Amino acid sequence: MITAERKPLEEIIDYIKPFKRILLLGCNECVTVCAAGGRKEVGLLASGLQMTLLKSGSSIEIREHTLERQCDPEYVEELVPMIDSADAVLSMACGCGVQQLAMRFKDKPVFPAVNTKFMGGSERQGVWTERCKGCGDCLLGLTGGICPIAKCAKQLMNGPCGGSTTGKCEISDDVDCAWQLIWDRLKALGLQDRYLEIMPAKDWRPGGGGGPRKIIREDLAE
Amino acid sequence: MKTESHLEKVLAAGHLAVTSECGPPRGADAATVQEKAKYLDGVVDAVNITDNQTAMVRMSSFAGSVLVKQMGMNPLLQMVTRDRNRLAMQADILGAYALGIDTMLCLSGDHTKFGDHPMAANVHDIDSIQLIQMVKNMRDESKFQGGADIKGAPKMFIGAAANPFADPFELRVMRLAKKIAAGVDFIQTQCIFNVDKFELWMEGVRKMELHKKCYILAGITPMKSVGAARYMKNRVPGMDVPAELVERMGSVPKEEQPEEGIKICIETIERLKEVEGVAGFHIMAIDWEEKVEEIVKRAGLYPRPQV
Repeated sequence: MITAERKPLEEIIDYIKPFKRILLLGCNECVTVCAAGGRKEVGLLASGLQMTLLKSGSSIEIREHTLERQCDPEYVEELVPMIDSADAVLSMACGCGVQQLAMRFKDKPVFPAVNTKFMGGSERQGVWTERCKGCGDCLLGLTGGICPIAKCAKQLMNGPCGGSTTGKCEISDDVDCAWQLIWDRLKALGLQDRYLEIMPAKDWRPGGGGGPRKIIREDLAE
Repeated sequence: MKTESHLEKVLAAGHLAVTSECGPPRGADAATVQEKAKYLDGVVDAVNITDNQTAMVRMSSFAGSVLVKQMGMNPLLQMVTRDRNRLAMQADILGAYALGIDTMLCLSGDHTKFGDHPMAANVHDIDSIQLIQMVKNMRDESKFQGGADIKGAPKMFIGAAANPFADPFELRVMRLAKKIAAGVDFIQTQCIFNVDKFELWMEGVRKMELHKKCYILAGITPMKSVGAARYMKNRVPGMDVPAELVERMGSVPKEEQPEEGIKICIETIERLKEVEGVAGFHIMAIDWEEKVEEIVKRAGLYPRPQV
């Protein structure tokens, strides 16, 4: 999933200060799963904003709504009947959702209420970690299902650096050494020999080095 | 011989090679490099010029190498993959070689977290093994990494680092094998304090006959004080300083600790001379360059061979 964290209230207030009527939009996809911008967080943010603004003597009208998917034009259309009654939109979706709204409603200010973080997964309740950098040319088949691009602090493709100590990365005891994990996994699978193969310099074009990326599926495109 | 590198000549002639390092200053003063390098003149076969070591901005390794070259010494250009992409690195390799620098060390570099620009992007377009491959192809195939022909190939003697003390230990010999497969000519190891563990690593190296495929220079660092010993033991990632050595440093009065550190260093060199496969020594006397001459002399590594 795409993970996100809510921005500080002060930053959000700075954005919406000049406006009276705010459409606060959640998204039912990734940001709901990582508890950053789903229906529940929309409610919490709305009351947080109301209370803070009331204390400072100003008031604001907030309309709450949560879309099934903010990055999808089909669901964004749902907003047409309510967009005119808002001076600005505050989106709790990831950056993809925010941009979808900005593209669709060209004359409406749209502000992000969350910081989009990374593509990751849940480690345990309340903890998410990065898993994928979207390099566009997946190496997981060669590295035992653990990504050195996303999980090694130096994105080393050919083994651990000299800073790997007792399974931990040199940058922090809280970070696992990706290559220790890869090695343990290759051993468990009896694939140690695979380590000796040199992974050549990566072509970063599929990873964004070739400019903004696009997928066109001729079989589906209209 | 693959190159004109003085270090390669010394090693190929079968001498125990000696290298040392000179960290460029955090400023634009050439004299600082020259003063440090002067301590090493005639004492070592090549002088490593570090590349933004510990991720702190310093005068570039390239410029430092040129300054050392101008003094008639043999610089060893260090290059980390942290700060530049493959275009910038290849450009520097061409430029360095054009200015007479023919020996280099391929590294990934300390993470930016440790330096004075923790907010900077870590580039890592390629990793250290891919850098070795790239330099080798530039030299032997006259090809840029992107595949185009080079007119006037840079003939670099290619080095890399190895840390026998990092984990997973069982991977460390294989990692050396991988660097050799990529085309490395020589290795400078992490500072050796735990000689037993180094010998264990060398056993693995010999089992795979890797010592016959590249020259291994054993890394040596003199400790200035018990505080420095403790710091390296506890704070430097991938460093293995046995508790006995820290105790030994602490067992003598403060003013005698530098001499104790030098003694340990010389004993280590003497013991490592007996290890089959050790082709020389890389003495990293960090901000203590003036002691290198004494170490080299007391360790019986002086005079340096004329080749």
